[in-house]
Amino acid sequence: MRRFLAVSMILTAFAMAALVSGTLALAVEPDEMLDDPALEARARELSKVLRCVVCQNQSIDDSAADIARDMRLLVRERLVAGDTDSQTIDHMVARYGDYVLLRPPFQTNTLALWVGPPLMAVVVATLALLFFRVYQREQGARTGPEPLTPTDRAQLDALVEKLAADPGRPRRKSSLRAEIDHPFGAREGDSGESDNRTT
Amino acid sequence: MIAEIGQFVLVLALIIAGVQVVVPMVGAARGDGTLMAFGSRMAVAQAVLLILAFAALTHAFVVSDFSLALVFQNSHSLKPMLYKVSGVWGNHEGSMLMWVLILAVYGAAVAVFGRNLPPTLKARVLSVQAMIGVAFLAFIVFTSNPFLRLNPAPPDGTGLNPLLQDPGLAFHPPLLYLGYVGFSMAFSFAVAALIEGRIDAAWGRWVRPWTLAAWVFLTGGIALGSWWAYYELGWGGWWFWDPVENASFMPWLFGTALLHSSIVVEKRDSLKSWTILLAILTFSMSLLGTFLVRSGVLTSVHTFASDPARGIFILMILLVTVGGALSLFAWRAPTIRGGGLFAPVSREGALVLNNMLLTLACATVLLGTLYPLILDAASSGASRVSVGPPYFNATFAPIMVPLVAAMAIGPLLAWKRGNLRAAARKLLLAAAAAIAAVAATFIAVPDGPALAPFAIGLAAWIATGTLVEGSARIRLFAAPAAESWRRLTGLPRAASGMTLAHLGMAVLIAGITGASAWRSELITTLAVGETAQIKNYALTLQAVENGKGPNYNFERGTFLLTDRNGATIVMYPERRFFPVAGQSTTEAAIKTTLMADLYAVLGTSRTTPEGTEQWTVRFFINPMVPWIWLGALVMVGGGLLSLSDRRHRVGAPRRKQQHAPGVSGAPAPAE
Amino acid sequence: MRRILLILPVVIFAVLIGVLAVLTLQTKDGRDPSLIPSALLGKPAPEFSLPAVAEDIPGGFATADLRGRVTMVNVFASWCVPCLAEHPLISRLAADGLPIYAIDHRDTAVDVAKWLKKNGNPYTAVGFDPDGRVSVEWGVTGVPETFIINADGVVIYKHSGLMTAKVLKDKILPKIREARE
Repeated sequence: MRRFLAVSMILTAFAMAALVSGTLALAVEPDEMLDDPALEARARELSKVLRCVVCQNQSIDDSAADIARDMRLLVRERLVAGDTDSQTIDHMVARYGDYVLLRPPFQTNTLALWVGPPLMAVVVATLALLFFRVYQREQGARTGPEPLTPTDRAQLDALVEKLAADPGRPRRKSSLRAEIDHPFGAREGDSGESDNRTT
Repeated sequence: MIAEIGQFVLVLALIIAGVQVVVPMVGAARGDGTLMAFGSRMAVAQAVLLILAFAALTHAFVVSDFSLALVFQNSHSLKPMLYKVSGVWGNHEGSMLMWVLILAVYGAAVAVFGRNLPPTLKARVLSVQAMIGVAFLAFIVFTSNPFLRLNPAPPDGTGLNPLLQDPGLAFHPPLLYLGYVGFSMAFSFAVAALIEGRIDAAWGRWVRPWTLAAWVFLTGGIALGSWWAYYELGWGGWWFWDPVENASFMPWLFGTALLHSSIVVEKRDSLKSWTILLAILTFSMSLLGTFLVRSGVLTSVHTFASDPARGIFILMILLVTVGGALSLFAWRAPTIRGGGLFAPVSREGALVLNNMLLTLACATVLLGTLYPLILDAASSGASRVSVGPPYFNATFAPIMVPLVAAMAIGPLLAWKRGNLRAAARKLLLAAAAAIAAVAATFIAVPDGPALAPFAIGLAAWIATGTLVEGSARIRLFAAPAAESWRRLTGLPRAASGMTLAHLGMAVLIAGITGASAWRSELITTLAVGETAQIKNYALTLQAVENGKGPNYNFERGTFLLTDRNGATIVMYPERRFFPVAGQSTTEAAIKTTLMADLYAVLGTSRTTPEGTEQWTVRFFINPMVPWIWLGALVMVGGGLLSLSDRRHRVGAPRRKQQHAPGVSGAPAPAE
Repeated sequence: MRRILLILPVVIFAVLIGVLAVLTLQTKDGRDPSLIPSALLGKPAPEFSLPAVAEDIPGGFATADLRGRVTMVNVFASWCVPCLAEHPLISRLAADGLPIYAIDHRDTAVDVAKWLKKNGNPYTAVGFDPDGRVSVEWGVTGVPETFIINADGVVIYKHSGLMTAKVLKDKILPKIREARE
């Protein structure tokens, strides 16, 4: 999907020289790679979270642009000099700003970004809860069945006794009564036993 | 001449669309059958006219008519014919024309195939569809006319980007558009239903085939684009959370939710308001994507060279269409009669969970995509942050896990009130399979991310769970084989479609896990004859030769791979240079086996001080990547199977009297 | 309660459109989405030192040179077309008394010598940065780029891209004037 429609008609008057090159891939070159495999592995991991600032949505690990190469070399330079991962990242941010981080930092201006998803999860869960508890209750109240007459009640009680005593498939009387009085599992502790078929 | 005809029919189509907005709507309000039928005719006419317009533009590209500005900018006499044709939609104006063409074709399809629709609903649907058509046709005619001429006509064109000359790339937009624009049907159905003021269970049945078709195309389009990126880009990446990629993914997420919630509308006459809202939102995401690509507010490899002025036009269209629809919803939703009740633990409940999680996922992707823009606007450019794959992976994946886990449970629950314990009992096999998969993965690949085996376990869980459900349906092993076979062949296609699609999802997840977790990479320099080692393979650069292609020069390497058993594979990656365009591309050599892709790339060469020429060589082992495409293909297959269900063609049955349970014979097949 | 839930989508949508409208209008007025604000604004110029290009071109400078008066640092290259386009403006600024230092980005000594000879050398000093290492310290993303540094050695402004007369008049000159006060 990338490079899909090379924008040859960019309206800007200046050629940002290190823009996306026509060539693809071939990012990390063998001559950049450090001899120490552990350091090199760290460099690769760090490169994956740093954005190539002139490219269209690539990390410096993926980009073939000159700037990306310069940044990769800088990362390796810092690692060899003994910087920790976060010091190296800070070094890059000091030069290019927050924009260089593919993983946005957790700070005041990105609070909404990080707090957003958990908050939305809570909202969605609350809405679902409201749907089941409030809305469906209202619906049930509005369209629900009429209360049982004493004759109905007696008949149902007889049925409950019969089912409870059924040797083939005994059921608890309390749960049967619960089903009759509170359909749709409105009570906690309802085991949900039913003999609905699933297919 | 032909271009002028194209221009003329384009304007005519705009006028017809305008008529199509008014006449059927009036007819529906008055109950006038003639006026309503007229709407159908207009829809077909509009489609025909736009086919002509598109054909005219295609003709110009095919004969390389460089007097047309669009052809000049996007084509070249040396381009192979296939790419001259695909150049028609490889630019802003041409792709917009394709957009409205597909919109009109969908409308015509409803006009022709929607025989079972109540006339008033059909008329209103066509009218709403035409409203969208008018908006975008006006956009084209007034700001993005593909038929503008250049005088004098230049001798040749400038559009010869070798990157775009690829079949996968050429056909990814039409598929995507069939998807995006297809969701306009669900939108039109939703708005029409709101205008009617009545949504019943049948509505869910009618809107389903259109939503399903759009979903199938969008899945295919996204997968094709991803596949293209994978084999073209040279290091095996296939998804980048690029803003425009996300813009195609969000309608997919909402569209999947819509597919599932419309089932509840159809089966249980419930969740109606929510489904209507979802239908509106899904198409809104499509429109948002259209805006992001063409307005110039963000840079992306996918954006067309655009004009903020065009952006404002599209924004206005968005405001009126979506804003209008949402306002209509706010006004009319209270009149929608509520439907059947159901317990939280039930099939409907599972579908509600599905919708909740998909909506959350879509909202998260939306937040991540738009946040940099919002921050930029709010701070007038002073504050710029970027949101990349690390953010999306951290937020999106945790939402998907419960969703995917629930996929196995949902189909096993009964409607209205399900028995979780019984479902769990049935799924013991799936749980066992999952645990076995986790263990097997840990043993097979002890090093690698710790979470990867659990993802494989999840895939095993869905696959087994889906098969368990399917076998329960056909009473496999619980009844004679003949009975099972009879049931299998008699299953409604929508049910088999679901099974297939869910299986596809399992395969996809396994593929994604393998591709992300266990890649091996070798980057080194080799001279001819030298060998390097990676995992089980010894890679030897046997030869590098130069040659000429149709419009490029190439350098081709011969890579010999020998595995531990001595078996050999030969691969031929190339570097191509296109002299006219002045650009190079890499053509990776990919060897696909069922379990992994071997991916070889030839880089640039340099001469050492001693005088030997060495080439940069990149070799990747990408495990299970083919499963990604396979999984997507199976999902598309499942969707198509479902689409071919008889009931979509026969149409919704008339409302039957509710039978007392146990009176009718076979249980109603659930989906 | 239900009313609120129903109105909410409209409200959220309206806000979204508003934001996008603002952004589109800003883009219309010249916002370039590919440009990022400089991380160096308000901070001291980075520590660096550059050698000269050649003996006959006054050159080689370091952080210390950018102190004591308002200076400009212009990042250019001989292969860069917009750099050539803005050269007259740069020359005029230099002629008016502004010390302008140049970072020659990813160039060869021969090419830049030829370029300066052909087009004139308005620079107080030209630093040679063939591998772009020092440019990275400045957060340079392309050429041309222009920085304004005040007398205390603090970076007060960065312009990415071609400097037009309009940019000069509206943005750069005011900043220089401000810094000189």
